[in-house]
Amino acid sequence: MTATATATATPAVPTPRASAAGRPSVGRLTLVELRKMTDTRAGFWLLAVTALGYAALVAVMFFAADPPEQTFYGFFQITMLPSAVLLPVIGILAVTGEWTQRGALTTFTLVPERQRVAAAKLLAGVALAAASVAAGLLFAALGNLAGVAFTDGDGSWQLTAGALGSAVLLQVVNITMGVAFGMLLMSSPLAIVLYFLLPTVWSVLTSMIGALRTAAEWLDLGVTSMPLAENAMSGSDWPKLAASVGLWVVLPLAAGLVRLVRREVS
Amino acid sequence: MISVEHLTKRYGPHTAVDDVSFHCEAGTVTGFLGPNGAGKSTTMRMICGLTPPTGGGATVDGVPYRRLPNPGRRVGVLLDASAQHPGRTGRETLGLAAQVMGVDRGRVGALLDRVGLDSKAGRKRVRQYSLGMRQRLGLAHALLGDPRVLILDEPANGLDPEGIFWMRTVLRDFADRGGTVLLSSHLLREVEAVADRLVVIGGGRVVADGTKQELLAGTGTRVRGLEPDKLERALTGAGVTVTGTPDGALVAQADAETVGRTAAAAGLVLLELRPADGAGLEQLFLELTANGGTR
Repeated sequence: MTATATATATPAVPTPRASAAGRPSVGRLTLVELRKMTDTRAGFWLLAVTALGYAALVAVMFFAADPPEQTFYGFFQITMLPSAVLLPVIGILAVTGEWTQRGALTTFTLVPERQRVAAAKLLAGVALAAASVAAGLLFAALGNLAGVAFTDGDGSWQLTAGALGSAVLLQVVNITMGVAFGMLLMSSPLAIVLYFLLPTVWSVLTSMIGALRTAAEWLDLGVTSMPLAENAMSGSDWPKLAASVGLWVVLPLAAGLVRLVRREVS
Repeated sequence: MISVEHLTKRYGPHTAVDDVSFHCEAGTVTGFLGPNGAGKSTTMRMICGLTPPTGGGATVDGVPYRRLPNPGRRVGVLLDASAQHPGRTGRETLGLAAQVMGVDRGRVGALLDRVGLDSKAGRKRVRQYSLGMRQRLGLAHALLGDPRVLILDEPANGLDPEGIFWMRTVLRDFADRGGTVLLSSHLLREVEAVADRLVVIGGGRVVADGTKQELLAGTGTRVRGLEPDKLERALTGAGVTVTGTPDGALVAQADAETVGRTAAAAGLVLLELRPADGAGLEQLFLELTANGGTR
């Protein structure tokens, strides 16, 4: 960029006062982004609805599922459904909100290195994904206790590290995809609609067109992440998951970063 | 201190800012004047690293804005009072900025007080703020990091007369304590009262740049005659440069005696003869507003 080009021409760049210099760390910016995701009505209600969804699904399973299915892991898996749908929306809004609500002007005036803001938003997404898993564990524990106490549920507390890791990874992939779509499309309605529509259209197309079937095995995130959701990843599933994450998450993220850094803020 | 060197911004064939250079010294208030669409906001966004320039560059205290490690502690910026999330309260808006800058949270309340937003207003969501309240919040935001430089785009917009007077006091005080202020306006009278220097921009180019005294000082003599056309011919014939003003008077680049004698020699009746009071700048500004306002 021209501004930076002229900067290098400036012979001696004086060092700013040490006290005021303190460049905000990415950690501090991540805390700020988490606060921004939760301090507006939209953010608050999305999180509240997610928590309600946990409670509702745990309740449904408590009343409807057969007692042998009422295990800690069973309850936990079902709590991951609402967050898989709603967390990406929070991720999208965290980025698009900067443009639609014009906060970008303030954000990038305070932190001109926009890639640091982008990193903070991604890390905040990861933190939120981890928090959603923790909340899921909490609700699952309550469901399991209730199952043991009232419906003669199986009550098994077994949860392998692999299962927990898979759940975290799946949530991280989802919210990161949301952030990436938000960065690339820069508009809340467009990003939300395309986030849900594009993978669905792709799934429908690949199921109808035989020639695309092999492509779907590798590039349909819904298909490749299925074993992850079920904690049944085998050796050949990982490269397929990596390929589809590359297409649906890494690619839009890279393009979105370029757009974010280049876009003129007005 | 702000240095702007040959800043240029082109959008396709349209040149929004054309080779703009000026400097703002510490301890001064610089008024950045021009009609709407003259390129003021684009220039200010380029200074703040929000818009990449096509050519040239700008520095704040010798550093390009984007190289400032924690710009909020150096430069207070208010480019658009409406660019705040409407769903946050005023206090939360400042709280977030304080967290980014690493400023003590205690300053938030102090700043709200300083800009005249009481605790009740601080708890309201920005959506409910009037434009005047948003300007006050924006100024609090700009002052939060205790900067030495202020860059403000049309800060008086939406303020009532009392608010405008208050804003002037704050800015004057800031500059008198050694700060640098750059503020834009499309109204000459609005910045005249507070600015030390004026930079006038029209059609993307700097058309006047100097101290207020230089630019507003009487440049020539204002003269009005019963027969303006004959008076103009007489003066031009005597080798005096003459420019017209919108109210029919003339500004002659000569002292009152020369103008008076020329008129007397031509037998013309004068209705007014006195030093011109900044009519040059006012005139220039009116012409810019008339022609440069549209793109």
